[in-house]
Amino acid sequence: MHSFWAVFKRELKSYFTTPLAYVFLVIFLFFSGYLTFKQGFYEMRQADMRAFFISLPLLFVFMVPATAMRLWAEERKVGSIELLLTLPITVTQAVLGKFFAAWLFLAIALALTFPMAITVCYLGDPDVGLIITGYLGSLLMAGGFLAIGCFFSVVSKSQVISFVLSVVACAVLVFAGMPTTLNFASTFLPAGLVSAIENMSFQTHFESIQKGVLEFKDLSYFVLLIVGWVAAGSIVLNETKAG
Amino acid sequence: MIEVKELRRSFGPIVAVDGVSFSVEKGDVLGFLGPNGAGKTTVMRILACFLTPDSGTASVCGYDILKKPVQVRRSLGYLAENAPAYNEMTVGAFLNFVCDARQITGSKRKQSLDRIVPMCAIESVYHQTIETLSKGYQRRVGLAQALIHDPDVLILDEPTDGLDPNQKYEVRKLINKMAKDKSIIVSTHILEEVEAVCSRMIIISRGRILVDSTPEKLKEKYRCSLDEVFRKITRAKVA
Repeated sequence: MHSFWAVFKRELKSYFTTPLAYVFLVIFLFFSGYLTFKQGFYEMRQADMRAFFISLPLLFVFMVPATAMRLWAEERKVGSIELLLTLPITVTQAVLGKFFAAWLFLAIALALTFPMAITVCYLGDPDVGLIITGYLGSLLMAGGFLAIGCFFSVVSKSQVISFVLSVVACAVLVFAGMPTTLNFASTFLPAGLVSAIENMSFQTHFESIQKGVLEFKDLSYFVLLIVGWVAAGSIVLNETKAG
Repeated sequence: MIEVKELRRSFGPIVAVDGVSFSVEKGDVLGFLGPNGAGKTTVMRILACFLTPDSGTASVCGYDILKKPVQVRRSLGYLAENAPAYNEMTVGAFLNFVCDARQITGSKRKQSLDRIVPMCAIESVYHQTIETLSKGYQRRVGLAQALIHDPDVLILDEPTDGLDPNQKYEVRKLINKMAKDKSIIVSTHILEEVEAVCSRMIIISRGRILVDSTPEKLKEKYRCSLDEVFRKITRAKVA
């Protein structure tokens, strides 16, 4: 366990010793605010955070792979992976340590959007439960994106390639659940397949959590997604670490 | 303390290590020599459990590298080629991270740091970030990292590469000082280094061991300097 914490602590600190964290936080907070108001926060004339949460998946498609791309690609490029994995640390501990550090960093980014929640509470009388489940859904979604980004960071030594691949993978999983995609797919695919595509998408599960319903299938979707991609990442890392 | 049996490892069509066996006892300083691409680094990486062999096995301090890789890594100090480190960290933060990973805590950590920092002469750069250091200092930080837990087995991949003559001398002195109660493997291209620190030497080429002897015996046998011995052996066998 101490090895996990060592990796976790180092990774989390490294975000804040480099400008990365600050650049990321500023851009993330700016766009999360901008998109919220662009969605028509005031026009809805409702004191809730729907406008904020709706724009998050799109923002995450770019922002989360940007956090994840360096996790392993950089380590392999610089060669520090040889140091890390010759310390008494197993590949699994290292992968999990880095993953959770990056996830906590994203959680911090999400937590820093609190002025939005305060604004909503000031303007009206929102359903606090809905805000909490909204944040929970966002956190799970960030974890899912991160697991995908983590995997692609293992796959390529180049940060740019791992960024592009994970943006594409995340975008596919988000857009698969958009009404336009589903409408189009339903013109030539049987209904069963369309609903399968729908259920594979982030969008569908994120929206249902955001509505305040914590269903087992939505939670298990995110948990399975995270576990699957992280496990795949550590298997691939074991094979390619020295390459 | 180190027992290597019939190690084999290839990367695609290239056979990097082809049936290497040797053993190192306590008090031995083994010089690992060979032309570039001979397989030195691969053997060392296998011993440090960074790579797995295709066949064969090895044990370090009685722990098998395939069955107990974490115990092996716990009992050895490994300095990789080019001394990789986390460049954005300060030397102090980096060494503390290594202590975290090696479970050196509390007063033990303070003792270890107090011992290792002057030993590797890195007091003056303790608060500097690693990327701002010269190659020599980076190498010494790598050495400090490998020695911090006072391991029984040390594996150093070209520890003096890129150091100035004074620093080379210091590192050799350090290795000699530790030699008594450790097993040390040092890979190098510098033959005078072998004479200065090694009690035994292995010459390896194309993944095979060509010679396993002592520097003195080799010089006696060939009646020339180690440089010439090295050339004679590696060229003859390759041709």
